[in-house]
Amino acid sequence: MMRLSSDSTRQVRSLRPAHSITLARTLHPGAWWVWAIGLAAGASRLTNPIGCLLLLAVAGFVVSARRSRAPWAYAFGGFLKLALLIIVIRIVLQALLSTESQGVHTIVVLPQIPLPSGAAGLKLGGVVTWEAVITAFDQGLQLATIICCIGAANALASAQRLLRCLPGALYEVGVAGVVAMTFAPQLVADAVRVRSALRLRGYDGRSVAAVRRSAMPVLEGALARSVDLAAAMDSRGYGRTTVDRRATRMATAGLVIGGVVGICAGTYGLLGSAGSGWMGLPTLGLGCALAVVGLVVGGRRTGRSRYRPDPWALPEWLVAGSGVAAAVILFLLAHAHPGAAVPPYPLQMPEVPPLLLVGALVGVLPAFLAPPPPDRVVDKGRPR
Amino acid sequence: MIEFVDVSVTYDGAAAPVLAGVDLQVPEGELCLVVGPTGSGKSTLLRCVNGLVPHFTGGRLTGTVTVAGRSTRDHHPRDLADVVGFVGQEPLAGFVTEGVEEELAYAMESLGVSPPVMRRRVEETLDLLGLTELRGRPLATLSGGQAQRVAIGSVLTAQPRVLVLDEPTSALDPQAAEEVLATLQRLVHDLALTVVLAEHRLERVVQYADRLVVLPGDGAPVRVGPPTELMAASPVAPPVVELGRLVGWSPLPLSVRDARRAARGLRRRLADNPEAATAAGPAATVAATGPVEEPLAQVRHVVVRYGAVPALRGASLDVRPGDVVALMGRNGAGKSTLLKALVGLVEPASGDVRVGDLRPARSKPSTVVKVVGLVPQEPTDILYADSVGAECAAADREAAAEPGSCLALVRRVAGDVPLDRHPRDLSEGQRLALALAVVLTAAPRLMLLDEPTRGLDYGAKRRLVTTLRGLADAGHAVVLASHDVELVAEVATRVVVLADGDVVADGPTAQVVTASPMFAPQVAKILAPGPWLTVTQVAAALPAETPTMRRFSRRVAAEVTFRRGGDPTAEDAP
Repeated sequence: MMRLSSDSTRQVRSLRPAHSITLARTLHPGAWWVWAIGLAAGASRLTNPIGCLLLLAVAGFVVSARRSRAPWAYAFGGFLKLALLIIVIRIVLQALLSTESQGVHTIVVLPQIPLPSGAAGLKLGGVVTWEAVITAFDQGLQLATIICCIGAANALASAQRLLRCLPGALYEVGVAGVVAMTFAPQLVADAVRVRSALRLRGYDGRSVAAVRRSAMPVLEGALARSVDLAAAMDSRGYGRTTVDRRATRMATAGLVIGGVVGICAGTYGLLGSAGSGWMGLPTLGLGCALAVVGLVVGGRRTGRSRYRPDPWALPEWLVAGSGVAAAVILFLLAHAHPGAAVPPYPLQMPEVPPLLLVGALVGVLPAFLAPPPPDRVVDKGRPR
Repeated sequence: MIEFVDVSVTYDGAAAPVLAGVDLQVPEGELCLVVGPTGSGKSTLLRCVNGLVPHFTGGRLTGTVTVAGRSTRDHHPRDLADVVGFVGQEPLAGFVTEGVEEELAYAMESLGVSPPVMRRRVEETLDLLGLTELRGRPLATLSGGQAQRVAIGSVLTAQPRVLVLDEPTSALDPQAAEEVLATLQRLVHDLALTVVLAEHRLERVVQYADRLVVLPGDGAPVRVGPPTELMAASPVAPPVVELGRLVGWSPLPLSVRDARRAARGLRRRLADNPEAATAAGPAATVAATGPVEEPLAQVRHVVVRYGAVPALRGASLDVRPGDVVALMGRNGAGKSTLLKALVGLVEPASGDVRVGDLRPARSKPSTVVKVVGLVPQEPTDILYADSVGAECAAADREAAAEPGSCLALVRRVAGDVPLDRHPRDLSEGQRLALALAVVLTAAPRLMLLDEPTRGLDYGAKRRLVTTLRGLADAGHAVVLASHDVELVAEVATRVVVLADGDVVADGPTAQVVTASPMFAPQVAKILAPGPWLTVTQVAAALPAETPTMRRFSRRVAAEVTFRRGGDPTAEDAP
C-alpha cells in the first residue's frame, strides 16, 4: 500500500510528457512563428551588417536542427535565394538612381542621363560611391534577414498548420487560406503543363498569343477543381454545425472589427515617432481585449470539434520566449547603442557590442530547447 | 437503405431529362454497380444519393430520394454526411487538409465528434484501410492508389452506412485499382456497408456486384436486377460477358473463373483453328508490313531526369511504320516521360532520340508537329478555342491544311459532333477524338497517345481501336501508354513493359501479355494456353451461328472496310 501511494504521488509530480524537451513531437506552429517574428522584429532595428548576418546564421542553424522531412521544410533555401536577389536589386538600384550627396569614395563614374527638373533629387547614372553601395548592401541585408526569418518559420511549421490553430470564430477564414495555399501550387503546375503542351500544337510557348491561349485551359481547370472541392467539402459536413443567429454574428463582427481598429491605433501610437507614447499602450490593450472577447463569442457559434490540437506546453513557452527575449534585447541595444544598431559611417568596421551577441545567442536556443520532429528520429532510434 | 421513387432530373437549360422515372431500392449491405455509356446519367444518379443533385448542382428533381429514412428534399449533403460518404473520381481534388491524419479527421471535426472518439476512429480507419504506414505523410506525396484509399477513409471516419463512389479506379493503374477494389470488397463483407459504385472498366468489378443498375442512355428506361440477367442485354459489357454472349453460355459467367469452367468445350473447338487468331488479331498488321522497314523513331539509352530523380534510366526503343506499340507498367515507371522525350517536351540528359532525322527536343515545335504528334493525358491541354468549329479551323490554319480537313478527321473518328459545342462540354470520347484530329491534321507519321482510355466507355474505345489500326495500316506508327489490358490486346502489335525507367520486356503482344497474369486480358486467361486475346479473334474463328456472332462478324468486316479508308461508323449500324 505504501509503495503504491508513493508511486502515485510520484506520478502526480512528474511532468506531463508534452513538457519534455527531448520527447519527439511537432511543436505548436504558433511557437515557431512567435520566435521567427521576434527575430524579424529585432532585425528591423539593425542595419549593422554583422548583426544581420548573425541573425541569418541563427535562423539557418535552427532550421537545419529542427526541421521535419515534409516538403515545406525545404522552403528555407528558396527564401535564401530570394534574399540574395533582394540585396542585388537594392545595390543595383542604389547605384543607378541615387541622390548626389553620397560620400566621396568613388568607385566608377557612369554616363549620366539628364532628367527633367520634375524629378528633383533623383539622378540616373553618374558617380557611384562606395558609401552608397555599402549602405544599400546594409539595408538590403536587413530586409533579407527579415524575409529569411519568415522563411524559417515557413520551413519549421507550414503556414497551413498555423491556420489550423486559428480560433473557432475565424474557422472560415482559415479554410479559405488553406484552400488558397493548396490551390496556388496546383495552378502553377497546371500552367507549366499547359504551356509545355503548346509545343504539341507547334507554338514556341514564349509569345504573348501563346500565353493568352494557355490561360483558358488553366483557368477552366482551376474552376472545375474548385467546384469539385466545394462538393467534397459539402458532402463531408462542412458548415453543418454552425449555429447562425443574426445577433451573435453582428456582435462578433462588431467586437472583432473594434478590436482590430484598437490594435492598429495602439501599434501606431507605440511605434510611430509622432504619436504620444502614453496613448499607445492603453489603446492597444483595449483593442486586444475587444478582439479576444469577439473571438470567444464567435467561437461559440461553431459546434466543430478539433482533432489532436497541438498542445502548448513548456517547449512552446521556451521557443516563443526566446524569440521575444531576442527582440527585447535587440530593441534595448538600439536604445542603448544607436551607433551599433545603425552604424553612422558605412565604411567603418561596425561595432559589435556584447548585447548583440547575447541577443543572437538567445535566438539560437530553440535549436536545443525544442523537441526534435518525430520523422527525423524514427529511423535512427527504432530497432529494425 | 436507399430508395428512389419515380426520380427524374433535368438540369437548367437542358431540353431532355438526364434521368427519367427511376425507381430503385438498394437494401442494406449490397454492392450496387451502376453501368452505362458516357453521358447516360451515372454521375447524376450517384450524386442524387447524398443530395448533391439538386442542392449543389442546381436543376430540377422530381420524385423522392430517401436514404436511411432521410429525404434529400429537406436534407442538404452536409446533413447527410453521417449517413452517406461520397468519393469522387479525382481524390486529390477533394482533399481539404494537407496531412493523412488530418484528412481522416476532417469530416468528424465538421460533425462535432468528441476528441477521444475521433482519435479512436482515426486509428481504426488507419488499420482497416492499411494506411498506418502513411499516417504522418503529406497528402501531396501519396501515390494514386494510396490517395484514393485515404479519400475512402476520410469519409468512412464519419461512420456512414452508405458509400458512394464515382469511378474510383479510373485514374489508377491496375495494381492500385486492385488495391482499392479489394478494400471495397472488405468493407462490404466485414462492415456490411452499402456501396453504390459507378465504373467504366466492368471487367474489374462486375463479378463482385450484387445488383446492377443499367442506364442505357437515350431516354430508355433504367433497368435494375441481378448482374447475370442484366448483363445479357447490357449496352456495355466486359470481354468475359461478350465471350459468354457470343458462345451462348447460360448462366452468363461474370468472372474469369466461371468462364474458364464453362469454356472447356470452346477451347477444344478453337484448338482446331489456331490460324484464325493471327488472321483477326493486331498481329496481322505485322505480317503484312514485315519487319524489314527502316525504323521511324529510335530511342537509344535515354536518361531523363526531373531534378535529381531519374525518370528514364537508359531506355531504348525502335518504332517502325505499321507498329502499334503499347507502353505498359506502373504509374511512375516512365511511360509518359518516354512519350514526352519522343515529342521533345523533355530533353534527354544522355542518350539519343531521333524521329526520322529529327532530334525533337532540339527542333522547332512547328517542324516537330509535322513528324510526331502527342495527345496528352488531359486532351483539353491542347484545346484552346471555345467551340469545336473554331478549334478545327485553328488546327487547319496551323497545319496549313485544306480548310475542313480537321473536321473531316473528327467526323471520321467520332461521328457527328456539334460544331458550336465547347470542347469541355463534349463527352470524354468526343474530346479525345477532337484532340486526336487536331494533332492528326498536321499529318505526323508517328502518333503518340498518353492514357487515351481514361473515362472512355466501350463504344468509344472500339472507335479508338478502329482508328488506331487504320492509322497503322496507312503506314503511320502509333505508340500509346495505357493501363488498359483489354485495349492493348485489341490494338497493339507490340508491348513494351517499363519498370523504374527501364524497358523490362519488349515483344509481340500475344507473347508479352500472356506471360504475366497482371497484363493478360480476360479472354487470354479464359482460353489459355491458346493464342486468343480478344473476343473478335474468337468470333472470327467460329462459324457464325448466333445473332451475336453475326454482329461480331459484321464488326470484323467493318474494321476491314475502315482500314481500306471506309466509314468506321458502319459498325454501329443495325
